[in-house]
Amino acid sequence: MKKLLTATAATALMATTAMAGGHAKEVKLGIIFGFTGPIESLTPPMAAAAELAMKEATDSGLLLDAAKVTPIRADSTCIDSGAATAAAERLITSDGVNGIVGGDCSGVTGAILSNVALPNGMVMISPSATSPALSTAEDNGLFFRTAPSDARQGVVMTEVLMEQGVKEVALTYTNNDYGKGLADSFQSAFEAAGGTVTISAAHEDGKADYSAEVGALAAAGGEKLVIAGYVDQGGSGVMRAALDSGAFDSFHFPDGMYGAKLEENFGSEIDGSTGQLPGTDSPGAGTMVEMGEAAGFDGTSSFVGESYDAAALIMLAMQAANSSAPGDYAGKVMDVANAPGEKIYPGELAKALQILKDGGEVDYVGATAVELIGPGESAGNYRQYEIKDGKITTVKFR
Amino acid sequence: MDFLNALVALSNFVLVPAIAYGSQLALGALGVTLIYGILRFSNFAHGDTMAFGAMITVLVTWWMQSIGISFGPLPTALLALPFGILGTMLLVLFTDRVVYKFYREQKAKPVILVIVSMGVMFIMNGLVRFVIGPGDQRFADGERFIISARDFKQMTGLREGLAIKTTQGITVVVAVICVVALFWFLNRTRTGKSMRAYSDNEDLALLSGINPERVVMYTWLIVAALAATAGVLYGLDKSFKPFVYFQLLLPIFASAIVGGLGNPLGAIAGGFVIAFSEVTITYAWKKVAKYMLPESLEPSGLAQLLSTDYKFAVSFVILLIVLLFKPTGLFKGKAV
Repeated sequence: MKKLLTATAATALMATTAMAGGHAKEVKLGIIFGFTGPIESLTPPMAAAAELAMKEATDSGLLLDAAKVTPIRADSTCIDSGAATAAAERLITSDGVNGIVGGDCSGVTGAILSNVALPNGMVMISPSATSPALSTAEDNGLFFRTAPSDARQGVVMTEVLMEQGVKEVALTYTNNDYGKGLADSFQSAFEAAGGTVTISAAHEDGKADYSAEVGALAAAGGEKLVIAGYVDQGGSGVMRAALDSGAFDSFHFPDGMYGAKLEENFGSEIDGSTGQLPGTDSPGAGTMVEMGEAAGFDGTSSFVGESYDAAALIMLAMQAANSSAPGDYAGKVMDVANAPGEKIYPGELAKALQILKDGGEVDYVGATAVELIGPGESAGNYRQYEIKDGKITTVKFR
Repeated sequence: MDFLNALVALSNFVLVPAIAYGSQLALGALGVTLIYGILRFSNFAHGDTMAFGAMITVLVTWWMQSIGISFGPLPTALLALPFGILGTMLLVLFTDRVVYKFYREQKAKPVILVIVSMGVMFIMNGLVRFVIGPGDQRFADGERFIISARDFKQMTGLREGLAIKTTQGITVVVAVICVVALFWFLNRTRTGKSMRAYSDNEDLALLSGINPERVVMYTWLIVAALAATAGVLYGLDKSFKPFVYFQLLLPIFASAIVGGLGNPLGAIAGGFVIAFSEVTITYAWKKVAKYMLPESLEPSGLAQLLSTDYKFAVSFVILLIVLLFKPTGLFKGKAV
């Protein structure tokens, strides 16, 4: 009986080995998104986009000697770090993936990175984790993201203001994680660039009266008032009070303040005010929407382009390193994402794989004009606008 | 010149906004205090009653604007206000008939009525959002400013501007008219006197032949008028958004309690105390000090006593102090 068992086990083992041998040219990529939980409505098109990139690479027959890319989905739940860690563990130990697209939400992404990816030496590219904390997380060069850190907007905002010659601003922010985080990152960036923030005052959303806030802001003074708030919440209230009392007539708006309300409710009263919000004029975005339409998902949904780009970057890095081992290709991710090289847009993965195969270089632009900076995160693309004659007018993309 | 600049800066950022805000709070607090004094419970639905009155007015204003009725330089909403008041009267009489009357007949304890009024609050809250939606609504029109900061600077040649909005002016004028009318009514008319009698001693008032249902009805009618007016003035001055009225409830109650619950004079004083403390204690005095002090004494910081984050804490600290040392409020009201 014992012998029989051993024999069976041995046979089974051999069979498995044989099977594995037969599929030596298979590359498995894990997709770990919150398919259940608070962002479950966003994740299906995100995953579909990542899988579309994988299918494209498989169909080309060019990736690592005609390897087949198999996506394996796992559920990060977005909020439950324990569940996300277990799911990622499964991807690596039982499914044996060669790379991970994910996670999605910042909290679980951090948990997967430190608990699973680092110990196992696995490469992760997240399309949607934007927490500034992930920039400084220990990652041994294994973690990348195709979404910009929230801290990045503070830097971009500083550049916009500095270019206009604005050196002194008053700052008010909505009293939550978004407002506070953005205000802090902006203040440190602006002061590092030689500017002065005369006051940084919080305002509560949906409150009755903002005269106290505006009084303090006006006393502190500044060339512009930066409002890190929401246009349909307290941000508009503060702006209204500031305009009415003549405290400020020029403002700067981060992304939360962008909206049709600016034109409707304020119009030419705020001429000369400026702002920025994430956005790109890259032709890749349009291509992505068309490809999504053809494949049956919504290409305009949040983080869809970023997801496609994340999967594409992993595969291109593999091709550049000529290996699907995470340790080999992790170092190539930045190379394929950035210049120099031939610009690659969505739907052109076959071309990119061919160039890399021939020993050339590529600069992956993708759906979201990917440019990886610093600790392996997207520089982000922002649309800078100005209010002219009561209309929001795009100045440029940066 | 510097003295004038300092004065203007102070008026622009402290006095004018605080007086307008104080008037709005005072009108709201008057309604709360009347209900407390006569019907003997804290009406938590008051904020949403204001929202309802303002909503009716907004709708009527839109209708008037669409058929071209306007009020010259004044906001059309003032013409629509009587309709808002009427609508609010119907609403509060209806709630009184179907809800409060039941508990009044049972001689329910005040605390039960408070909880009931919370239920009413949530229903009204939902009703307003259901009809007009949760977003911001604009209905102000006419001249925006009595004097704008820019005009003022040109006129006087001062460095500081003083802006007085039409709505701020209207708020103060209307508040004064309402208060005068209310006091005249309470002190001079038969109904007013019977209301005060009912408030002072219910049993004695009943014995002397006062009809309690009539007193209750008049109270609700007056409260509805005050609430709708306060709601509209507030919406005109800031913006109409249902949720904001719910938030306004706290400062209104603080005003009524600081002034002395049940005392109309106290409600007005309380409204201004709360408004001024919110604005002055968190005001950064740098600008004023710059004009008033010699250069050597100029503050390098903002000269701000407390960050504006704490402005709500300020009103509640005042509330606590008053309750600790004078439980009946600044003007002799009823103990809570």
